[in-house]
Amino acid sequence: MTNGNTTQQPLLEVRDLRTYFNIEGSWAKAVDGVSFEVYPGEVLGIVGESGSGKSVTALSIMKLIPDPPGRIVGGQILYKGTDLVRLDYTDMYRIRGKEIAMIFQEPMTSLNPVFTIGMQIAEVLQAHEGISPEDARYRAADLLTRVGIPDAEKRLDDYPHQFSGGMRQRVMIAIALACNPSILIADEPTTALDVTIQAQILELMLELKQQRGDAAIILITHNLAVVAEMCHRVIVMYGGKIQEIADVFELFGNPLHPYTKGLLASIPRPEIPEYRGKRLVAIPGNVPSIMNLPKGCKFCTRCSVAIERCFTVEPPLVEITPNHFVRCHLVETTLSTPRILDGQPLQETMSL
Amino acid sequence: MSSSPLLEVKDLHVYFPVYAGVLQRRVADVKAVDGVSFAIARGETLGLVGESGCGKTTVGRALINVLRHVAPDVRLKGEVLYYPPEGAPVNLLSLSTKQMRPYRKRIAMIFQDPYSSLNARLSVREIVREPLDLHQPQMSIRERNERVEWLLEKVGLQPEYAERYPHEFSGGQRQRIGIARALATNPELIICDEPVSALDVSVQAQVINLMEDLREEFGIAYLFIAHDLSVVYHISHRIAVMYLGNIVEIGTRDEVYFTPKHPYTQALISAVPVSDPRKRGKKRIILEGDIPTPINKPSGCSFRTRCPIARAECAHFTPELQPHSATHYVACPYVDQEFVSVGEEENGLLQ
Repeated sequence: MTNGNTTQQPLLEVRDLRTYFNIEGSWAKAVDGVSFEVYPGEVLGIVGESGSGKSVTALSIMKLIPDPPGRIVGGQILYKGTDLVRLDYTDMYRIRGKEIAMIFQEPMTSLNPVFTIGMQIAEVLQAHEGISPEDARYRAADLLTRVGIPDAEKRLDDYPHQFSGGMRQRVMIAIALACNPSILIADEPTTALDVTIQAQILELMLELKQQRGDAAIILITHNLAVVAEMCHRVIVMYGGKIQEIADVFELFGNPLHPYTKGLLASIPRPEIPEYRGKRLVAIPGNVPSIMNLPKGCKFCTRCSVAIERCFTVEPPLVEITPNHFVRCHLVETTLSTPRILDGQPLQETMSL
Repeated sequence: MSSSPLLEVKDLHVYFPVYAGVLQRRVADVKAVDGVSFAIARGETLGLVGESGCGKTTVGRALINVLRHVAPDVRLKGEVLYYPPEGAPVNLLSLSTKQMRPYRKRIAMIFQDPYSSLNARLSVREIVREPLDLHQPQMSIRERNERVEWLLEKVGLQPEYAERYPHEFSGGQRQRIGIARALATNPELIICDEPVSALDVSVQAQVINLMEDLREEFGIAYLFIAHDLSVVYHISHRIAVMYLGNIVEIGTRDEVYFTPKHPYTQALISAVPVSDPRKRGKKRIILEGDIPTPINKPSGCSFRTRCPIARAECAHFTPELQPHSATHYVACPYVDQEFVSVGEEENGLLQ
């Protein structure tokens, strides 16, 4: 476990990433200045609600943003020294699936219904490793066995509809792991699954991670309990910005941002006796649309402690205690030389 | 919460036919609900949990007797007894659509998807007023409109919103509109089918709190159908756990959540991720395989194919719910035996 050990070389560095979408002539800032690092061996959680920018961050790393309407308008994504933002389609093709792989929320729609499972796994291997179809099929069977599908050899010839939801997500994991990637991005991998199947899949992801100690997982979810179970470090996003970054124990034990505190107070937590049966503390209002975000702090319209300044000036993301970053005017840093995780604000004149 | 019964379900069976072949013969049945019995008291919230396909939604629909509209060939067996405030109980399942009408205002429903459950062409006023138009025609239009505004206020929406249309609202607000519609006729029971699972985390708590407030104010009973166990624990007085069309365990929320007896409930509860990293790595009972299809259920106990304590006898009989306390019932004869055998061992050691 790294727990945000900054002495280590990061595997992936996202610097001031800005991904905007052109919606009816105006730019929606889905991700607006996001910076973070991913270290070898860690499970990094990104939590947020709909429209927080968590999925767009993931798709930006994979360069899978549909353009138009979306575009990465600024920032860098450094993977082992290469800036993925500047890579062209063919160079990215070599990274995607081989170095960085992704699994999606919907196991129902992310497999191609007209090809067999075997063909879909073999495709990745043949594309990236140039091995023969026979070898690819052999490896595919091995992968299916590793993700816990019985009778793998036979099931290679089955089509996606012959698999249940949990099995399909296993197949997706098999495809993602086919080339032994160093980063696995999992975007809500268990949201569509039942809770017993969710437990199986999360267990499987941790098991496979243990087999390769230097690989990292970026786990994107709205489910705080899944984060608590799985992650080493957590990024909390809201309104296209990172609001808090902390080690998972620190985040659940000492949340500092009013939004993080609000989220933790609004979920039932029967396993904690102090909370059991108590009325939930709801965050008022609704998640704002990214077309319509407030000018200052993105959370100010729903924040119970907001002061005047929150509505006009966006606070920077400041290190409060070592490796715990918070974007809030009301949280004061304890460090003499705190790091600030924000890039230069984008020039308004920059042509989009 | 009083102990007088509001609704009693007795041995409910719901089979949907499966047709196949050129002649479209009935070749099998989907045994969606296969012998379910439970009761809901006035003002009580019963949580109904289980994984997808276990029949929990079908139970909810059977209670308001709409299954014949969903599937005209459905086979229904058993009774759904509604206990009116005065007079003899009525079996809702035996009623025709017309006979059912006076009871529809007593039992309302809230749906999962706040996007598709509101008619996009009707204004909020029309949506919320529709049950009143149908069930309270003696009220004047003005009275009905006033009630709509009162209801909107009750669910935390400004009465001015009445002239707007559903697309102008967020998911949480739409769910509030759905709740206002359900409340319109002063129901005694609201069937809530996954009412918060489509909502953002920060909005879920608002809707849960609203439902609790309304329960307090109007003494409404809820059948709360959901798959999120911590939410169900939070809002329910009692919890029933379903697996493949049967209730395998029912009891107070603490009995079911903290001392589950049935091997399926134990696996289900152990699979719930805990929102506290310090409690990480709790022991999980990982169930092998997937839920069998309800068309071809395993003989005997339907859980035996995935059960960690299954034995040969399990294939030969369907376990009945047996009491473990005055409120706690479990459909597995072997959970007690395990308990007894541990006790015997201890006795042996003592001797």
